[in-house]
Amino acid sequence: MSSNGIAVVSREVTKTFGRGDTKVHALRGIDLDIRLGELTMLVGPSGSGKTTLLSVITGLLDATSGELMVLGQRPTALAPEELILFRRKNLGFVFQQYNLIPALTAAENVAVPLLAGGTKRRQAVARGKEFLAALSMAHRADALPSELSGGEQQRVALARALVHEPRLIVCDEPTSALDGRTGHAVMELLSATAVRPGRAVIIVTHASRIFDFADQIAHMDDGRIVSLEEDRKNGNSANGLAPASATFSLAEPNDGSFLRIGG
Amino acid sequence: MNFVALKMLVADRAKYFGLIFAIAFASFLLANQISIFIGIMTRPASQIRDVVDADIWVMDPQTLYDGEVYALRDSDLYRVRSVSGVEWAVPLYKGTGRAKGPDGKFRTVILMGVDDATLVGAPRKMLLGSIRDLDQPDAGIIDKAGFLYFFPGEPLQVGKTLQMNERRVLIVGISDASAPFQSFPVLHTRYSQALGFVGRERNLLSFVLAKPAPGVPVEDVCHRIQAATGLRARTTGEFSGDAFLFYLRNTGIPVNFGITVMIALIIGSVVPGQTFYIFTIENLKHFGALKAIGVTNRRIIGMILLQAMVVGSTGYALGMGMAAAFFSVFLNYLPTRGIVLPWQVMAGIAVVVFFVVVLASLMSIRRVLVLEPAVVFRG
Repeated sequence: MSSNGIAVVSREVTKTFGRGDTKVHALRGIDLDIRLGELTMLVGPSGSGKTTLLSVITGLLDATSGELMVLGQRPTALAPEELILFRRKNLGFVFQQYNLIPALTAAENVAVPLLAGGTKRRQAVARGKEFLAALSMAHRADALPSELSGGEQQRVALARALVHEPRLIVCDEPTSALDGRTGHAVMELLSATAVRPGRAVIIVTHASRIFDFADQIAHMDDGRIVSLEEDRKNGNSANGLAPASATFSLAEPNDGSFLRIGG
Repeated sequence: MNFVALKMLVADRAKYFGLIFAIAFASFLLANQISIFIGIMTRPASQIRDVVDADIWVMDPQTLYDGEVYALRDSDLYRVRSVSGVEWAVPLYKGTGRAKGPDGKFRTVILMGVDDATLVGAPRKMLLGSIRDLDQPDAGIIDKAGFLYFFPGEPLQVGKTLQMNERRVLIVGISDASAPFQSFPVLHTRYSQALGFVGRERNLLSFVLAKPAPGVPVEDVCHRIQAATGLRARTTGEFSGDAFLFYLRNTGIPVNFGITVMIALIIGSVVPGQTFYIFTIENLKHFGALKAIGVTNRRIIGMILLQAMVVGSTGYALGMGMAAAFFSVFLNYLPTRGIVLPWQVMAGIAVVVFFVVVLASLMSIRRVLVLEPAVVFRG
């Protein structure tokens, strides 16, 4: 399994919860390559397995079976402490509900990954302010999350995800709590600041309005990738197929997103 | 990450102050009740501990403590003196009598009749006058509380008189005698004179006070006295303990204070414990995010323990400050004089508070440790 220029390589990855009659197959053999320098979206209806896949890729959940390589490392081969350090160093998170710590200012929230890595407070907060400035948020650096709008909070969350210069950024429904215009602005910012050579961005989303920002879209349903759109920004149309080894499913989409394939 | 932990702690002011005040009041209540309990329970031995010259108390075998005494025969004094290892032995009368003031106000007093020749058993801490003044006819030394009872509003002075058993008692000194359990005035006089101040009984020798010869262990001398005379001989420490245990076993004081202390312990454990637990549960989402971002479990445990230690130590300090203020205010109040906040109580409560906050943290930590960081992706 090669990983040159590839951030994530997934082969036949499955994830099962529970046992016996209550067993739930959340992922049913995921084959997916996520390339560095690209923005990949995992889309699909609720319960399709996209958040579970994100959790497995980030090492927050263990895969039940299959092969997974993230930035050249097998998460399952790492000891728990090594996995935490790996996450701290290489991964940046943007959560649906922002998950900013209410007691900390915007700059302090941005500084959290650096503080977790042992950077001194003053230095970390100064760096946090720099990142906020880069996202046009310098004037809100000392504001508490409760004093920020939803869009501003998501920009702070984006700065927090970027501040320690990770190689893989994962975003869980980053625009779902925002109105269309603010969501679009956040995506423009994310696309402009997060996507660069040597770094991959994965976004889990329901929102078809932001699909245009994706280089690759994996449509998921019932724990499978039912279709894959690759190289979208270069005008290539979707092949409607998952990688060769992936299981193909004809599950019905429920949000109209499949209508955009090739569009 | 310490400052993150502290900012999270103080951000919710209501819970933060709730935690601190719960611990502070529990600490205060514990310190207050335990100290008063110790203060009260050491009072039965006040007159024993005030006698610093003698190391051995000899008494009737059935005498359990100094509050109820069956008198010895006068000859017992000589029998004790004859025991080998006894350097000297002197008589002591301890009993109660009724004293009447010039305005007719009377009160039961604790009467201490000390050896005429040596004045062994006389008060050591004098506020006015000297124990040598006991040599005067009808002389008595009364404690400050007693003087202020009989002569309220008057400055401490010698020369005042009381009446006991139709006899004059001339106040020649004011002592700082330790407060007795019953809060009675304490009146010291000579042994020969004490006999006149109380109603005549056949035998009035309450105790024989003795001193072991140099180099002879006090316990050995006690054994020898018991073997030679059949009387009960106790060291000062043992006899103080006897008095303490007597009141412990025969009064409702320990039950009463015990209930209060238990309530303080329960409230002091449950309220801060529960509040701290809720505080952590409310922050579970943020701890989950921190875990996802890459903060180790060890670091999160450190953050929670730091929060617990801050509220614990702040609450404890506040509680001890309140207790210290309470005792300093009441230190010179006559009914509660001598009741202080012992350092051992402070240390004990520090240990209790430490265990309470650690216990509360452990419950919270358990929830954080079992928290799947993937929860952050569930909205």
